Amino acid sequence: MNVPAAWYLILAAVLFGVGAYGLLTRRSALIMFMCIELMLNAVNLTFVTFSRTLGDIGGQASVFFVMVVAAAEVTVGLGIVVAVFRRRSSTSVDELSELKG
Amino acid sequence: MKIAIPHIHYLAIAPVLILFGAALVLLFATALVRTKVSQRIATLVTVTASAAVLVVTYFQWRCIDQVGATTTIAHAIVLDGFSVVATGVIAASLLMASLVAHDWAVRERIAGVEYQILALASTAGAVLMTQANDLVVIFLGLEILSIGLYVLVAFDRQRATSAEAALKYFLLGGFASAIFIYGAALVYGATGSTNLSSISYFLGSNVLLRPGLLYAGGALLLVGFAFKVAAVPFHLWSPDVYEGAPTPVTGFMASVVKVGAFAALVRVLISSLGTQMDTWRPILWVLIVLTTLVGASLALVQRNAKRMLAYSSINHAGFMLVGVWAGTVRGIAGTLFYIVTYAPTVVATFAIVTLMGGLGDENHSIDSYRGLARRQPWLGASLGVLLLSQLGAPLTTGFYAKYAVLASALDSGGAPVALIALLSAAIAAFFYLRWTMALYAEDTIEATRVVVPASTGVAIGLGVAMTLVFGVWPGPLAALAQHATVLFTP
Repeated sequence: MNVPAAWYLILAAVLFGVGAYGLLTRRSALIMFMCIELMLNAVNLTFVTFSRTLGDIGGQASVFFVMVVAAAEVTVGLGIVVAVFRRRSSTSVDELSELKG
Repeated sequence: MKIAIPHIHYLAIAPVLILFGAALVLLFATALVRTKVSQRIATLVTVTASAAVLVVTYFQWRCIDQVGATTTIAHAIVLDGFSVVATGVIAASLLMASLVAHDWAVRERIAGVEYQILALASTAGAVLMTQANDLVVIFLGLEILSIGLYVLVAFDRQRATSAEAALKYFLLGGFASAIFIYGAALVYGATGSTNLSSISYFLGSNVLLRPGLLYAGGALLLVGFAFKVAAVPFHLWSPDVYEGAPTPVTGFMASVVKVGAFAALVRVLISSLGTQMDTWRPILWVLIVLTTLVGASLALVQRNAKRMLAYSSINHAGFMLVGVWAGTVRGIAGTLFYIVTYAPTVVATFAIVTLMGGLGDENHSIDSYRGLARRQPWLGASLGVLLLSQLGAPLTTGFYAKYAVLASALDSGGAPVALIALLSAAIAAFFYLRWTMALYAEDTIEATRVVVPASTGVAIGLGVAMTLVFGVWPGPLAALAQHATVLFTP
């Protein structure tokens, strides 16, 4: 069975959209964080698909860079979430209200 | 199987190597040395590293003079006049910001040298962005810059707002990065490469039958950049993060991040998507109008010095975009001149705000500046000069910077955009002048004198000196910006 490349691209776009929608609507810092990861993985899928259709290795190489960056973001991001959680015992961004204006 | 190692031109990547090397040296020193590494030594390492980068940029400039601009490491890194000047500004900003941060760390009794390590690593990312000739390398530079900054913003453990600002910055910054790299993936699909010069070559020699993919990718790249340079309507994070971050970090962000992001923005828009100028110019036009006007108007109603400077920096981002909009060599030179002069000014401004913040970094009301120039003439006059430069008063660098970008816009038939930007400058003049007047107003409240530590004093002095010297005599710096052309302009 041969699935056309366009389907992968559409799947990636949908995943990216779900991630972006979730980031803008959910209020828990951890879920928002997962949404960013979802978006980055949608990007990886796009890169790999194009790499295949173009017959070019560059797209696959880019995926490694994105994966490494995503891993680095996780470590720092979770650290910040923990720092906020220690102070407030909640990861909801609605309670982050000290900065306004 | 034999893997071909691409040729590496070490002079081109020397700034990144020095900055990252210095960060590693400090990191290992903290782990291996039995006694604590003192703030003084950490600052000394940072200052030495940034001075070394400045020396290297001089040799890079001479190299370009002799053999011309080059690319290296499989064309992923470029060495041209533009990257050299931007690298120099970043190094100078790091030098000044680290001096300010030193006194801040001593005042707040911060043990440990993590601040300088993270600042060095972040700066390496910013330098990489100025030299990147590949969308993926730009992304890497952006992330190296941002990940260090997320931690720096959360650095002040005493205030809850610091961690809060870091979380906001992290979520929105991660969002922007994801959008940027998705744009890169779509452009890759449309053109078959992530290399900026290959993209430019492909677009120059092919007619796209279905340009939708390229347009979508380009638009996403632009949104990603707009987030990073805090252009309206993607600016919402910036006032909160500027206010919540420790003040020296805010100064560092306002200078280094802006230079890095703008350098990459210019390279992407001009050198790779330059053939599509007719498509992105209208979008940029709307961004400029919104950014300049909203930035200036919202700054008017702020009572907090850091928030006000955040909106003022949004307004300045709009001005820097004007030169990019012009899209000509003159426009790029104007934007570069703007960045070069804005960076030291803003670092020095935030240095004074850091001092005024007092222990705990909390006291940032505009009212506390009343009568500062009467109590402390030198400090007050310095802040006055820096504010007037941001306003664009004659005899300061701000004047020629605004003139350069607006004149380039007029050259490219952008009278409306130049007028709107000018109007925003008039609005902005109101709050800069109000602040400057407050400095010289009668002292009503019992205020204590602010102690100016030596190294912060040096940083402020450097900023004011650059503002005045190149304001009265902008010729050499303007000539430098003119010669610092971008490689691969179509």
